[in-house]
Amino acid sequence: MSEDLEFAFALLLSGASIGLMYSLIALGFVLVYKATDAINFAQGEFVMLAGMIVVTVLGAEAPLIAAIVVVLLVMIGFGFGLEKVVLRPLLGRPVVAVIMATIGVAAVLRGLSPLVLGIETRALPLPIGDEPIAIGPASLPPIQVLGAVVAILFFIVFSWFFKKSRMGIAMRAVADNQQVAQAMGINVERYFAIAWAMAGIVSALGGVVWGAMLGVDVQLALVGLKVFPVVILGGLDSIGGALVGGLIIGIVESLAAGYLDPYVGGGTKDFAPYVLMILVLMIRPYGIFGRRQIERV
Amino acid sequence: MLAINNIEVVYDRVILVLKGVSMDVGEGTITTLLGANGAGKTTTLKAISGVLRSERGEVTKGAVQLGDKRIDGMRAHDVTRMGLVQVFEGRRVFENLTTEENLIAGGHVQTAGAVKQGIDLVYSYFPRLKERSTQVSGYLSGGEQQMLAIGRALMSRPRVVLLDEPSLGLAPMLVEEIFGIVSRLVKQERLSVLLVEQNATMALAVADHGYVMENGRIVLEGPADKLRDNSDIKEFYLGLNEGGARKSYRDTKHYKRRKRWLS
Repeated sequence: MSEDLEFAFALLLSGASIGLMYSLIALGFVLVYKATDAINFAQGEFVMLAGMIVVTVLGAEAPLIAAIVVVLLVMIGFGFGLEKVVLRPLLGRPVVAVIMATIGVAAVLRGLSPLVLGIETRALPLPIGDEPIAIGPASLPPIQVLGAVVAILFFIVFSWFFKKSRMGIAMRAVADNQQVAQAMGINVERYFAIAWAMAGIVSALGGVVWGAMLGVDVQLALVGLKVFPVVILGGLDSIGGALVGGLIIGIVESLAAGYLDPYVGGGTKDFAPYVLMILVLMIRPYGIFGRRQIERV
Repeated sequence: MLAINNIEVVYDRVILVLKGVSMDVGEGTITTLLGANGAGKTTTLKAISGVLRSERGEVTKGAVQLGDKRIDGMRAHDVTRMGLVQVFEGRRVFENLTTEENLIAGGHVQTAGAVKQGIDLVYSYFPRLKERSTQVSGYLSGGEQQMLAIGRALMSRPRVVLLDEPSLGLAPMLVEEIFGIVSRLVKQERLSVLLVEQNATMALAVADHGYVMENGRIVLEGPADKLRDNSDIKEFYLGLNEGGARKSYRDTKHYKRRKRWLS
């Protein structure tokens, strides 16, 4: 393989693995939007919170597995609690009210983080070493491989859940039409809470892998910003869309960094996804897999 | 089976929509509720099934009894658990779910085994749904969607079904087919049905008992065959003149009959 091709392959591979990790976070966003129609602007802060919990537990000399169990439980509880305390009183209010509430939650979490942890970046060590893993002619840091694997596992589990399990089908029914779902005996409010708890689970794992990659501090919340191009591209309410959208955004970023940065002096990686997002909004506003209103003719 | 006792419904805390409505739905019978647009028929159904709450409506007086349990004030999903289910006007299937997924969602209050049996039962009454089982229901025809809406409601194994305008926007042949199936369901599954209809001819043909509603009040009631012969009903809902012949446009133009219950 020529050197150019090898370079391209390395960029694709690294973009895809980072992209899968974006997908993982976007999944939390999609779960909430799909079930409750709420747009969660605090998704990145969820991830940051999870990262903080993990380093705090690890800081108390606890084993990693204990930290993961704790972060999962706390984030589930956090999802339930947030729905109950902040979002349920807003039921039936305009969407903007919910958006503002989540922005408020995000600000509070970001403000609390330095209070609790200080402003230093804390490392989140995972016992996977940092010897790059060779894949074909390129290689990846082990944390990116782990992140990608976790993301894929989650997608398989959630796809099964929504297609096959009765709970998942009920959740889709709620997303489709709340009033009718209620009349079918589905406790809509409970399913809202479950959706937020599921977003908590996804964020917990997202916090572990992203925290291990970037270190844990307030900046970790910024990965949440990447959620928007991903879900706009893939479709706000599509699980598969989050996967594909994440992959595309990751690859676009990586290609921009590899091919455009040398000419302009760097930084294209950070805005390329948003350019793509605006293009998508103009051409296909519901995303690649988003739900178009079904109209019978 | 279902008794409604002098209920009042208020929307947004100020708008009085139902002004003391009482009705009875006997076990294993079809009771129909007739009335013009805006009379309060759909509101009556929503008050019974409990979905009124999500529309800022409230039952402020009176009681609704299902068997020997009071269900007014209960939340919609609990009412369904008690064995009463509403089929909404305009079908309202879960458009992004397949036919079978719609049925599974409809059986939410049942056990997994009961859901399997329920699906077989629904397919036996509506064989057409079986052919469409894996299709996304948003793309079904209007008649199939109506069948699915009724089938989905049956999945919760209800004792009472509230049917809101099943004939809406359907071809006369399909309307007849659907009403035929509903009548069979009532006989074979011992369902009790409260049927709201604009199509009074069809409704009075299948019903055992009927009520007429106007402006949030019941103004007339009686056995369906009596109502069919009532001259006011004939005039205002069936479009027939006193002799039973079809009314011509000329008659209405020259002579407007006054509803007797208004005096």
